[in-house]
Amino acid sequence: MVVQSVLSATINYKLLKVFEFSRYNMQDRIKYWKGIEELENTPEFAKHAHNEFPEFLPLNESKSEGSSSGASVTNTKRRDFLKLLGFSVAAVSLASCEAPVRKAIPYLNKPVDLEPGVANWYASTYYSQGDYSSILIKTREGRPIKIEPNPTSTLTPLGTSPKTQASVLGVYDNNRLRTPLIKGKEAEWEQVDSQITSALNSVNGKVAFVSTTIISPSTKKLINEFGGRFGNFEHVVYDPYSVSALLNANGGVVPGYDFSKANIIVGINADFLGAWIASTPIAKQYIQNRKVSSDNREMSRHYQFETRLSMTGANADVRVPIRPSQEATFVAALYNSITGQGSNAPEGIDKKAFDAAVRDLRANRGRVLVVSGSNNPAVQTLVTAINQTLGAEGTTIDPASPYYVKQGNDAQMIRLIEEMNAGTVGAVFFYNANPAYDHPLAARVASGLKKVGLKVSFAERVDETAALVDFVTPDNNYLESWNDHEPKRGYLSLTQPALSPIFMTRQMQDSLLAWSGSNTTYYDYLRNNWRPLATGDFNTFWEQSVHDGVLENGASLLAVNTAVINPMSVGAALSAASSSSATSGVEAVIYEKSQIGPGNDINNPWLQETPDPISKATWGNYIAMPRSMAESDELKVVQGDIVRVTLANGTALELPALIQPGQASGTIAIALGYGRDLESMPVAKGLGANAYPLITVSDNALIYSVPVKIEKTDANSPIAQTQTHHTVMDRIVVQENTLAKYKEDPKDVTEYVRIATHDGPAKPATISMWDDYEYKDHHWGMVIDLNSCIGCGACTVSCNIENNIPVVGKAEVLNRREMHWMRIDRYYSSVEHKEGEYSKMEDPADNPAVIFQPMLCQHCNHAPCETVCPVAATMHSSEGINQMAYNRCVGTRYCANNCPYKVRRFNWFAYFDNEKFATQNYMMNSDLGQMVLNPDVVVRARGVMEKCSFCVQRVQLGKLEAKRERRRPKDGEIITACAQSCPTEAIIFGDMLDPESRISKVLVKEQGERAFHVLEEINTQPNVTYLTKIRNLA
Amino acid sequence: MQHVSPVREPLVTGGKTYHDITEDVCRQVEAKPNVRWAAALAVSLVGLAIFIYSVYRTLWFGIGEWGLNKTVGWAWDITNFVWWVGIGHAGTLISAVLLLFRQKWRSSINRAAEAMTIFAVICAAMFPVLHMGRPWLAYWVLPLPNTFGSLWVNFNSPLLWDVFAISTYFSVSLVFWYIGLIPDFATIRDRATGPIARRAYAILSMNWTGSAKAWSRYETVSLILAGVATPLVLSVHTIVSMDFATSVIPGWHTTIFPPYFVAGAIFSGFAMVLTLMIITRKTFKLEDYITMEHIESMNKVIITTGSIVGVAYTTEFFIAWYSGVEYEAYAFINRATGPYWWAYWSMMTCNVITPQLFWIRKIRRSVTATFIISIFVNIGMWFERFVIIVTSLHRDYLPSSWAMFSPSIIDIGVYVGTIGLFFTLFFLFCKFFPVVNMAEVKAILKSSSEVTHHHSPASGMHGTAKGSNTNTHHSNE
Repeated sequence: MVVQSVLSATINYKLLKVFEFSRYNMQDRIKYWKGIEELENTPEFAKHAHNEFPEFLPLNESKSEGSSSGASVTNTKRRDFLKLLGFSVAAVSLASCEAPVRKAIPYLNKPVDLEPGVANWYASTYYSQGDYSSILIKTREGRPIKIEPNPTSTLTPLGTSPKTQASVLGVYDNNRLRTPLIKGKEAEWEQVDSQITSALNSVNGKVAFVSTTIISPSTKKLINEFGGRFGNFEHVVYDPYSVSALLNANGGVVPGYDFSKANIIVGINADFLGAWIASTPIAKQYIQNRKVSSDNREMSRHYQFETRLSMTGANADVRVPIRPSQEATFVAALYNSITGQGSNAPEGIDKKAFDAAVRDLRANRGRVLVVSGSNNPAVQTLVTAINQTLGAEGTTIDPASPYYVKQGNDAQMIRLIEEMNAGTVGAVFFYNANPAYDHPLAARVASGLKKVGLKVSFAERVDETAALVDFVTPDNNYLESWNDHEPKRGYLSLTQPALSPIFMTRQMQDSLLAWSGSNTTYYDYLRNNWRPLATGDFNTFWEQSVHDGVLENGASLLAVNTAVINPMSVGAALSAASSSSATSGVEAVIYEKSQIGPGNDINNPWLQETPDPISKATWGNYIAMPRSMAESDELKVVQGDIVRVTLANGTALELPALIQPGQASGTIAIALGYGRDLESMPVAKGLGANAYPLITVSDNALIYSVPVKIEKTDANSPIAQTQTHHTVMDRIVVQENTLAKYKEDPKDVTEYVRIATHDGPAKPATISMWDDYEYKDHHWGMVIDLNSCIGCGACTVSCNIENNIPVVGKAEVLNRREMHWMRIDRYYSSVEHKEGEYSKMEDPADNPAVIFQPMLCQHCNHAPCETVCPVAATMHSSEGINQMAYNRCVGTRYCANNCPYKVRRFNWFAYFDNEKFATQNYMMNSDLGQMVLNPDVVVRARGVMEKCSFCVQRVQLGKLEAKRERRRPKDGEIITACAQSCPTEAIIFGDMLDPESRISKVLVKEQGERAFHVLEEINTQPNVTYLTKIRNLA
Repeated sequence: MQHVSPVREPLVTGGKTYHDITEDVCRQVEAKPNVRWAAALAVSLVGLAIFIYSVYRTLWFGIGEWGLNKTVGWAWDITNFVWWVGIGHAGTLISAVLLLFRQKWRSSINRAAEAMTIFAVICAAMFPVLHMGRPWLAYWVLPLPNTFGSLWVNFNSPLLWDVFAISTYFSVSLVFWYIGLIPDFATIRDRATGPIARRAYAILSMNWTGSAKAWSRYETVSLILAGVATPLVLSVHTIVSMDFATSVIPGWHTTIFPPYFVAGAIFSGFAMVLTLMIITRKTFKLEDYITMEHIESMNKVIITTGSIVGVAYTTEFFIAWYSGVEYEAYAFINRATGPYWWAYWSMMTCNVITPQLFWIRKIRRSVTATFIISIFVNIGMWFERFVIIVTSLHRDYLPSSWAMFSPSIIDIGVYVGTIGLFFTLFFLFCKFFPVVNMAEVKAILKSSSEVTHHHSPASGMHGTAKGSNTNTHHSNE
């Protein structure tokens, strides 16, 4: 009941918003006039159009009357004054009692396919900086509000990355450009078009089109056609986080990895589950071979040799820290061992682990995969050779279907920068490219741009590069665009607009067409480009493709430029790699955070507040260093102390130190993307420091590790972490065991707490003072497989969006007040200690085992929170959901205190309509931002407790739809946001009363094996069940 | 006029007459405000201003103004609440329990102690309301008939029990205190010279006539209220302790809490009574009424209750180990050795070690030492609640949620502010109300001091009081 009433209120409110929405693009849109006066636009109306109350107040009138008729003057005035006084007092006192009424305006003419309160779904595609997902866009009353995976896709049917989830907000970013700019001034498209066209006609020198990787076949074709008319045209592709060496060693493409076929995976500084390449499809493959059950007791074994503790390394069965300067010798040694030319582990690397890896690799020929994230051509050449030697080609690497998600070529970009500086470039276009920030030679880009005649950026906002160009012709957001994609050969997908452009922006492709003098739109161009793919009627084929979002019949459109590839011979690589010497000083690695990437989505507050999977830090970057370094006599820093990092060439940056277990000794790690200082990115402004200048350019390649000098400064800057205690303190809140033991006896891998009774040890749930709830229709529950969770945080972001969870900003995260309903607890194993030795237990090991545990409301059947609320604002539903009646809550916080899982979140402030949170939480503080809010979920008031509701709005919707069709809800129809967005299917949600549901089957199967409840001994009887993590230790 | 007993220490010293008592007690009410009083009130008003500002910040911006977080949902707010409620307990104990046990020495301190109870409960009651996220809806915790639908309060919740416990306690204490004030108001009324004072005290005294019937009813009501209030001494803090004891949080979930909290309440209450009494007797020159005997008796209560809490602290540790529950064990080890060790050891020092000094008679009978130790106990008992609340919450079950709490300036402002509120009320009380119960002190003047007293002990001091008041010269003075 409560939910329904809340629903109707929000729907009304949001309907109003639809009309406000129309304000943003008045020109081409239907206009709603206030009254007949506005339509006719009488001078009277125009005069008062800006007044809130266009009519005169009687006070003025009586005044003018009074002045004309002598004696009655004073009388009238006094009476009117009293009337007005009385009215004002009454109005003010009434107004202070009642909140203003915000009326809902119904559609006069309802759009055909738009039903108020009913979501429309559009298949589309997200691609940004290597991160690819085929998606479904949920729109409500014309507004995109949520992104879900497209189950039709075979690449990414399960979930999305956190970045994909959060990308829905990009379209509502107030800092996007509303019009094109000419030299920083707002302009009309006509002006821009005529000026650019004429400039292009007289262009002198090279015309360069700079972009990050484009996986759209039609866009690439269009760019080439656009350039065709210039004598000297080059499409320069670079990636802020380059995989140039990988491409070079593999014929210009990312090899078609298939992790699901690999029994042995060796990762060498490759964060393949994180930001490296196409994490979403890879995570799906990776986990496929790691799910276990008593029927399938096999799983892959994952070795990770890496410098910083990455999310991928955290998931590895065997993780070995190596220094960046050891990487080449390590790969050379690995190559030699595999090919039988000696088998010595390089100095300083755990020999046991190295030998085990070699043994496993050799024993599993054809079922192995070695990947490296290095940008050293010798390393990548050797890795390719190792894979070839071990027969990976054709099994774990599909040569017919490589990935196209990264195509950047370091040498080409560096050459262009030099050409710009040499003054030989006449025109340059930047598309999804911001090299004045995200290239190590950013300063050279800036200086080179001064010598270029025509400079155009398609940036959606005035970023670092756009600030230096003459023309900024803002591209549409991808939710407003048509496009096609081919992330992997033979896997096509389409992007379709989910709303019309909000601002006066124009898709880049349409701009190119306009400047080419073409009359076609990009939509037609795209269709024409797809015409050859059609079998049968093109329109039917097109409609179906747009509907499905994907076309996976093997057809391929994308052409990749392999002309620039300059492969290295294995021999040369081997000698180069073997001869490299380890550095003895401090080495820094520059990396991408999986949520932030290279920094293009830096203005997205959801991503900023999503904690890093490993460090759990939000809002900014830092210097991750091992404890041995922090405590060393030369440095002596504690977490938060600001440390200065200096390169040999004098480049320096200052950032706070973060003690990172697992970081290789003598190394530090710094994330990219921060250090922004632009008005167009207020969310990121002032956070962290820019690490791009630390990337070194060597032999036309970008090198992401560098020897540095570090020194302590006197300053201090706290790091906003959502978790500050890192070990599990020997508690069995999270459980893990080894595959060996699991193979032996699946019933022996989970520890179950038993209570001593007269009749012997008893399961806690069997000892109860109270009757249990009786569930008649449904009993919702969740199973979380710790073996499948990779800790990426997509669930957290998805939950935030689905449930209108406020972003609170860095200061409040530091106050430990982030509002996330769904979090991922990350525990490190402790240093060696005796039982009960608490002080040592608190210290994470130097190279800890890591375990992730998604934590959310456990929906306890005996919920400690429910009994303590004095006003019964939280209670149990008849379907097992622990629910919050927000409007009943008085905010005593007793429930949160008494929650053993600490999943309840309190609204310490009003996070909406509050100046204090206007920047960080613009989703609730600006008219535009508010459009992303889910109208099915109420925005909570100040002083109210909130928490996971098992997405009760989805449960209710699913039940209603089933009811309308006079049937029971089908399993899988109702799914929570977290479960839906999980790329590894770690979360199963369903009805535990339905014996045929997936969850019931899993629970039956895993009972007594891997299924456990967190804190079972306090007899809260959660409806969330966890499955023990199994490690395939070597 | 006063006769000194050779066997018993007199309860009132200085050879006072009935008239002297009237004069001594009425002096502050009738005289112009003295400078020390005015200065003290001014300081208290500054505290009150801090309170008002801090409450404004809390109400206007939200609980986020405090230092609480996702893990520690209660800290100074409930610490202060329990502390203030505990302080109030001494007043009730002195006026009700000691009345029933016929401890006549209570007569000269019960008025101030009861006033302290009332003001402490007022301060305490601020917190359950202020700590709410939406205090404007605080009335929802009352089981009122309503039109919201079938909404009713949750009788399972200890917070609801608190509502009943505190409101009962406050109303009974207030009535008890006020009934006791009526004869003294009448005395002041009869002596008042100004028309406003006469009128005001006439209203306050509810037209008390001083007839035998009125006295008889007065005595009966006092006894009945004492009977009603006595269980409250035990019940209120028992129920407050259940806020913690019925929860699942290690460090809170402790069956020892009810007796331990009651003992702690009496302990802290007596300490606060001592603090206030020592200031009052000095400021208002009431040394003859609030004697060294009083101080010593109260110090004996303090050493008893202090030892009880000491035993309770030890028992908690023993049970934490003996239960074999790892969470429980860690909660206590964390208290003593974790990041809040200083709070724990402050508590142990102030509550368990310092009161033991009272075994030494010299210290027990030293006003200065008593004052210092009473302050120690007040601090220690505040830390006790802080330790229970914050150190239990900040590291409970899941290490991922462990967090530290540090108070904001507003947290401190609200706490300091309630002290300001308390003293403002107390100093106003001192100025306008008789701080010593004249009627009852007159009653013990003879019964405790005359050698040739004929009343049997069974008839009690009130019998004597009636007798003495038949003297027409002294009635209602």
